[in-house]
Amino acid sequence: MTETDVKKPKKEQIPRQPMPEQAPDVRKRNFKEVPIGYTPETARKEAERCLQCKNPGCVEGCPVQVDIPGFIALVKEGDFTKAIRNLWTKNSLPAVCGRVCPQEIQCEGRCIVGKKGDPVAIGNLERFAADYEREHGTGVLPPKQKATGKKVAVVGSGPSGLTVAGDLIVKGHEVTVLEAFHKPGGVLVYGIPEFRLPKAIVASEVAFLGRLGVNVECNAVVGRTVSLDELFEQGYDAIYLGVGAGLPKFMNVPGENLIGILSANEYLTRANLMKAYLFPEVDTPIPRGKDVVVLGAGNVAMDSARTAMRLGADRVRIVYRRSREEMPARAAEIHHAEEEGIEFFLLTNPTRFIGNDKGRLTGMECLKMELGEPDSSGRRRPVPIKGSEFLMDCDLVVVAVGSGANPLLTQSTPDMQLNKWGYIVADPETGKTSKKGVWAGGDIVTGAATVILAMGAGRKAADSIHKYLTWGW
Amino acid sequence: MFKIVKRLEMAGGTVILNEIEAPLIARKAKPGQFVILKANETGERIPLTMAETDPSKGTITIIYMVVGKSTALFKGLKVGDGYQDVIGPLGKATHIEKVGTVVCVGGGTGIAVLHPITRALKEAGNHVICIVGARTKDLLIMEEQMKAASHDLRICTDDGSYGRKGFVTEELKDILDADKADKKVKMAVAIGPVPMMKFVSKLTKDYNVHTIVSLNPIMVDGTGMCGGCRVSVGGTTKFACVDGPEFDGHQVDYDELMKRLQAYCEDEKHCYNDYCTLRDAA
Ligand SMILES: Cc1cc2nc3c(=O)[nH]c(=O)nc-3n(C[C@H](O)[C@H](O)[C@H](O)COP(=O)(O)OP(=O)(O)OC[C@H]3O[C@@H](n4cnc5c(N)ncnc54)[C@H](O)[C@@H]3O)c2cc1C
Ligand SMILES: Cc1cc2nc3c(=O)[nH]c(=O)nc-3n(C[C@H](O)[C@H](O)[C@H](O)COP(=O)(O)OP(=O)(O)OC[C@H]3O[C@@H](n4cnc5c(N)ncnc54)[C@H](O)[C@@H]3O)c2cc1C
Ligand code: SF4
Ligand code: SF4
Ligand code: FES
Repeated sequence: MTETDVKKPKKEQIPRQPMPEQAPDVRKRNFKEVPIGYTPETARKEAERCLQCKNPGCVEGCPVQVDIPGFIALVKEGDFTKAIRNLWTKNSLPAVCGRVCPQEIQCEGRCIVGKKGDPVAIGNLERFAADYEREHGTGVLPPKQKATGKKVAVVGSGPSGLTVAGDLIVKGHEVTVLEAFHKPGGVLVYGIPEFRLPKAIVASEVAFLGRLGVNVECNAVVGRTVSLDELFEQGYDAIYLGVGAGLPKFMNVPGENLIGILSANEYLTRANLMKAYLFPEVDTPIPRGKDVVVLGAGNVAMDSARTAMRLGADRVRIVYRRSREEMPARAAEIHHAEEEGIEFFLLTNPTRFIGNDKGRLTGMECLKMELGEPDSSGRRRPVPIKGSEFLMDCDLVVVAVGSGANPLLTQSTPDMQLNKWGYIVADPETGKTSKKGVWAGGDIVTGAATVILAMGAGRKAADSIHKYLTWGW
Repeated sequence: MFKIVKRLEMAGGTVILNEIEAPLIARKAKPGQFVILKANETGERIPLTMAETDPSKGTITIIYMVVGKSTALFKGLKVGDGYQDVIGPLGKATHIEKVGTVVCVGGGTGIAVLHPITRALKEAGNHVICIVGARTKDLLIMEEQMKAASHDLRICTDDGSYGRKGFVTEELKDILDADKADKKVKMAVAIGPVPMMKFVSKLTKDYNVHTIVSLNPIMVDGTGMCGGCRVSVGGTTKFACVDGPEFDGHQVDYDELMKRLQAYCEDEKHCYNDYCTLRDAA
């Protein structure tokens, strides 16, 4: 601040309202949600910070163009009911997005207030409005259009499928969601941990769809229990595929099948979906490593590392082959992980896993890396430093180096076009696939991305499906 | 809920049969495929092969050995009770083809898994010789059904209480030796405890007889999304739930599989003991 600024303050600057959180030392050993949430007073105070821009950058930064100044103005006035209704017009899962969107590169990253100081806490406000409605709301359902008699099957109950279901049910179509797992929610229930997204919130979003009339059928593995063509034979008029990117990637280095090396998918599914952190109160076990290494540095890696800490590890290390700048996780997750004592071993890559005579992991050999020329992703390519091998002791390794397209459904549907990595080819504007009557969106089209992008794709497809059911292909 | 419509105890109560209402699965299932079951809200997801399916009744039949907490919990379910979740059919179906003479080798509850495959091989026009084994006479299951499903049934028990005294591999070796000249035996199918499949495969490799085994690694989802079920086959990693569960027996790394099956050994033991204590107290 310069002296002149201090002399004639135009208006008292309100600082960004901090989000109250559980203290790191406490939360690192429990599974309760880390941020506690705004009170109505803090929310209204934070809302005052918004300048109500005429051409708001924040809205451009949001993949589904939430009317950010609009809903924030309503929060400021204390009309939380109207605020949530405003949010719902663009975003059917605000309680989820407020918690998990990478705001710093989306809405908040483009907020004008952020140019000089801290941006308006859009995510926190979105979460507040949604939580307030869930806890105090009227529970009044949005109006539904007259029944059309058309039937839609939505395959997969992740954010993308849930969005399609919600959009089409209010347009009067009959909607059935088919989910392979025994619980709906996709990554929101099996991947993202309780301490970041309480499962009760996902359950209440699904229950809301249920009250609107969406029929959710779990334990239905499409491609096995029933095929797409059989769904059409059963009378469905359109099908949406939102099956996610459920294929774990491994490192393909020697020793990877030792006991104590798990994919993040397995580790997090055991912890979240099966609630194995409660073992033996529940029947599914989970390895409780003392000396844990997580490979990778995205959201999945942070979630795995923080889960390991909560399961009682003495030490948790993130091992990543690039540098800090390239870490793909949300800023908030990296920050939380560091506060909880997770260590970062950057520019490091495993070359082999070492085990004992019982086939259990005891350690890992790594190489140091340095950054070379930029690769196709524009990021500088990590190259191994010769002779820099060293050993790291560990008894649990969680592999979180990305995921691919699961072929289970697509293999059973040979007449649908896939790209060379096995993802479904779909029109980016409509979600239409090469198979008539079938749409796709979310991670199974784009590869692993974000909740809000999966929802955005779902919304576009729902519009296109509605047009098709009204006027034809 | 998936209702149990029939329940039998076999092998002195160590093996249980459940016939379950699951019309969608019954309609699609083929020999060799499995389901994943979860008894209740806190239950574990457990894979079991379908020993029988009845599409017209809309039922599937599972036969399982009581080995730990989850199977003990399953054992407590009565006719009229049900499983909260049953998912399937999962895995690839057995490739059934007419090849000539086939030897089917089964041990323990592997016999239940082997039964529909044996029957299908016979129906496809093969001459089917079957060898089943158990530790002792009382533990042998499905003798009548296996007799009906094959042309020639041979029985072995470890203690000699019934049939030949010895392991199934000894009977198999005699069959293969007798077949040396004609080379009529074109294929073997071995399903049972991992060591049994390992030794059968070792033997048939010496005689150059193509062998199929059905692997039982620890599973979670059964749809290829977790990689927990990975097995090494011919030096590459496969996911048993989607690439299998059947594989070329000569290519499987059995030692790795046996070790991986012990992953949760200690945890499971505690869990099972706690459960038994509570159950017996009640
Ligand atoms: C651990 C983790 C943390 C993440 N953190 C964040 C974050 O902080 N912020 C963010 O924006 N994004 C995050 N992501 C990414 C985000 O969750 C995904 O991009 C998003 O969930 C994709 O949505 P989807 O609807 O396409 O698929 P999914 O959420 O993957 O849902 C697909 C559903 O389809 C089901 N299915 C699959 N095959 C079949 C079949 N054959 N028949 C029936 N059902 C089937 C699956 O069981 C699953 O329930 C994270 C991902 C993970 C794994
Ligand atoms: C494809 C497949 C088909 C199978 N078919 C049959 C069958 O028809 N009849 C039968 O009796 N058994 C079958 N099994 C084995 C059966 O799944 C296990 O015996 C059962 O899961 C044990 O659970 P538990 O809790 O009672 O025992 P636990 O105490 O949990 O474990 C005992 C042992 O069972 C194995 N096991 C534990 N959990 C799993 C799991 N989720 N998946 C696989 N194995 C596990 C481990 O080796 C463990 O050491 C099959 C397994 C697979 C993978
Ligand atoms: S949906 Fe996500 S990106 Fe859009 S405003 Fe909300 S938090 Fe920001
Ligand atoms: S850019 Fe920032 S200040 Fe402007 S409307 Fe959006 S949130 Fe408000
Ligand atoms: S059981 Fe998860 S991949 Fe096979």
